Amino acid sequence: MATFEAVTPRAYAGTPPRGPITRLLEDERWLASVLLMPTIVLLGLFIAYPFVKGVLLAVTDTKVGIPGSFVGFANFEKLWHDDIFRVAVYNTFLYTFVTTIFKLVLGLWLALLLNRHFHGKAFVRAFILLPFIIPTVLSTFAWKWMFDPTFSVINWLLFHLGLITGRINWLGDPDLAIISVMVVNVWRGVPFYAISLLAGLQTISPELHEAAAIDGARAWQRFRHVTWPLLLPVTMVVVLFSVIQTFADFQLVYVLTGGGPANHTHLFATYAYQIGVGTGLLSEGAAVSLAIFPVLLLVVIIQLVYIRRVETV
Amino acid sequence: MPRVTRRRFLQSSGAGVAAAQTGGIAGILATGQAPAYAQQTTLHWLRWNDFVPASDQLLKTKIAPQCEKDLGIKLNIEGINANDIQARITSSVQSGTGPDIILGLSNWPQLYADSVVDVSDVTEEIGKAQGGHWDLFKIVAHDGKKWLGVPWTIVAGLLTNRKSWFAEAGYPEDKFPDTWDDYRAAGKKLKAAGHPFGQTAGHTFGDAPSFWYPFLWSFGGREVADDKKTVALNSKETIESVKYAVAFWKECCDEGGLSWDDSSNNRAFLAGTISSTNNGASIYIESKRKPDSYQTDKGKPMKDDIFHTRLPKGPAGQFIYPTPFTHMVMGYSKNQKAAKDVLRWASSKPIFGEWFTSQQGFCTGPTKDWEKDPVWSADPIMLPFKTVGEISNRYAGHAGPSGRAAAEGVTKYVITDMYAKAIQGMAPEEAVKWAHGELSKIYA
Repeated sequence: MATFEAVTPRAYAGTPPRGPITRLLEDERWLASVLLMPTIVLLGLFIAYPFVKGVLLAVTDTKVGIPGSFVGFANFEKLWHDDIFRVAVYNTFLYTFVTTIFKLVLGLWLALLLNRHFHGKAFVRAFILLPFIIPTVLSTFAWKWMFDPTFSVINWLLFHLGLITGRINWLGDPDLAIISVMVVNVWRGVPFYAISLLAGLQTISPELHEAAAIDGARAWQRFRHVTWPLLLPVTMVVVLFSVIQTFADFQLVYVLTGGGPANHTHLFATYAYQIGVGTGLLSEGAAVSLAIFPVLLLVVIIQLVYIRRVETV
Repeated sequence: MPRVTRRRFLQSSGAGVAAAQTGGIAGILATGQAPAYAQQTTLHWLRWNDFVPASDQLLKTKIAPQCEKDLGIKLNIEGINANDIQARITSSVQSGTGPDIILGLSNWPQLYADSVVDVSDVTEEIGKAQGGHWDLFKIVAHDGKKWLGVPWTIVAGLLTNRKSWFAEAGYPEDKFPDTWDDYRAAGKKLKAAGHPFGQTAGHTFGDAPSFWYPFLWSFGGREVADDKKTVALNSKETIESVKYAVAFWKECCDEGGLSWDDSSNNRAFLAGTISSTNNGASIYIESKRKPDSYQTDKGKPMKDDIFHTRLPKGPAGQFIYPTPFTHMVMGYSKNQKAAKDVLRWASSKPIFGEWFTSQQGFCTGPTKDWEKDPVWSADPIMLPFKTVGEISNRYAGHAGPSGRAAAEGVTKYVITDMYAKAIQGMAPEEAVKWAHGELSKIYA
C-alpha cells in the first residue's frame, strides 16, 4: 500500500534539516514579535496613524483642500477663548458623569435581577440587549419622534394622565434638551452594563454566597462583602469602556439636537465635527478632538492602575 | 463585424470630440453620436436626495441612460442626505479620491474653492445661451476671477400659508400682510385661535438661515460693514430685530420651534397644527401628491387650502435667503473633461428642461430663461416661486463677500443662535453682543 510506504521509519531517523526561518522562530523573542505583528500593524494603521495625523493637524492651520503651515498651539489658544467650546467641555463632563452613574446603577440592578432563575430567562436576557443592538441612529430617530414638541408620545401620555396641561418642549429647552440626550444615552447604555456585569456575576461561585448565608450574612451583606468585591474588576473595565465611549459620543447629539438649541447640547465630538467638517477648518476640528485626549488618558491610567491593584491583592 | 480602418476610426472619433469641444451640445446633437473617449468613462456624480423624488427617478432612469447614449459617458448617480454631503466632500478632498461631480449647497463652492476645477468655460457658455445666470450665483460660486461651479438651481423658502385660517382671521389671500407688523398682528390672532405660525430656531441647514437672515436684513442688520471686512452686527438695527423676534415668537409662533429640523415644520403644517411657515414648496407638493392623506379640519384636501407668499417687508426692505445648488467638478477627479461635458450637456435646454419640469416649480432655474418656462403656468399656487432668482441678491456675510468666513458663520449658526438665545431669555443686547463676538473671532 502506497500510503504506508510513504511514511517510513527512515523519515524520523535523524534530526530533520531546519531552515533559517524555523531556527529564528525557535527563539521566543522572535516568535513573540512575529505573533504580535498583525496586532501591531492593525493598531498602527487604525489607531496610531490617525492619532499622529490628528496631532499634526492640530498644530497647523490646515483647511479642507489647503495644506496648512505650522502654527504651534494657536488652535488650542483659540479654543481657550471659545465660548461654545467651553459649553462643549462642560456638557461632555456632565453628560459622561451623570450617564455613567445611572448606567452603572441601573445596569447592576438589572444584572442582579437577570442572575436569578426565572421562567423565560434566556428570552429576557436577549430582549434587554435590543437597545444596544439596534443601530444608534435608528433608535435615536425614534427618540427624536418621542421628544418632538408637537407629536411627542411622552407629552401625550403625560397629558392624558393629567400630569401636564401644556406641551413640554423636550429638545427646545436648553436644560431639558441635555437631560433628554442623557436619557437616551442611559437607555442605550444600560444593556451593555447589565450583560457585562451579568457575565461577571456568573463567575462568582455560589458556594461563597452559601457560606456567607450559613454565617448569617443577610442579602445586603452578601452583596456588600461577597458580590461587590468580586465584581469590582469587571465593573472597572466596563466603566472604563463606557466612559471612553460616552466621552467621545457623537451620534445621539448629532441626530437629536445637532448641538442646539443655541449650542446648549454640543459635546466634544459634535463640535469638532461642526468645525472640522461643516466649516472645513480641519486643524481646529482636530484640536477640539484632541482636547479630549488628556482627560481620557488620565481616566485610563487611573482605572488601569486600580484594576492592577485589585488583581494583585 | 465590419472592419474599422485606422482612418475611419480617427474620422468618427474626431467628429465627436471636435463636436464636444467646438460645437458644444448643439454639435454633439448635430453629429448624432457621442464624442469618443479612449474607453468608456464612468463618472461618479454625488447629489442630495431631492425633496421631489420624481426628479431623482428621472435622473437615474432616463437622463443617465440618455447621457451614455449622447456622450458615451456612464453616470453613476449617488443620492445622500444633504446634511451628509459635507462629510463626503471633506473625506474625498483630503484623500484625493471620490465623486467626480458633487452638488454643493449654499456658498460651499467658496468654502472648497481650492479643491474645485475652474468651470468658467462651461458656465459662461450656458449663461450666454440661456439669458445669463442669476446674480446670486456670482455671490456663491464665483471668486471674482472664475466660476467655481456650474449653477444648477435655486430652492427657495417662501411662506406657506393656510388660506382658510388666514381668511377667518381677516386676511384673505389678496390682503395677505406684507409687513412684519401686519404679519405679527395676524399671527397674534391665529395663535389665539389655536393656529400658530411655525418656524425653526434650531440647528438645521435650510429653514433656520432662510428665515433668520432675511429677518435680520429686513430690519437693517448686517454681519459685515460696507468695507467688506469689519464685523458690524452689533447695531441698533440688529438689537431692534432681536427684540422684535422675541415678541413675535411669543405672540405668534409654536414655541416648540426651537428644536425643529427642516422636516418638522412640514410635518406640523401637514398635520394642521400651524398656519404659516417659511419653507420650500415641498409642503404643497406633498399635499398635492397625497390629497386623501392630507386634509383640512373640514375634510377638504389640504392642497386647496394653501398659498405661498414672500416673507414680509421690514423697515429696511424685503429679502429672501434661498439655497442655491451648484455642481462642482472636483480637483482630484481624473475625468475633469468628461465631468465638464456632462454638466454642459445636463444644463442644456432639452435635458435640464425635462428635469426642471419634473420639479413642478419646487426649484427655480439657474438662468433667466427658465423664468419663462411653461412650468410656471401649470399651477398658480407655485407662481410666487417663479421670480426667486430675480429677488435673490444677498447671501450670508452681507455686506462682505459670502466666502469662507461667512460660511463658518452659517455653519456655526451664529445668526440663528443669536435669536434663539434671546427667545430663551437672554437680553437682546447680550445676545447681539455674543453673536458679534463670535463673528469677530471668525473674521479675525
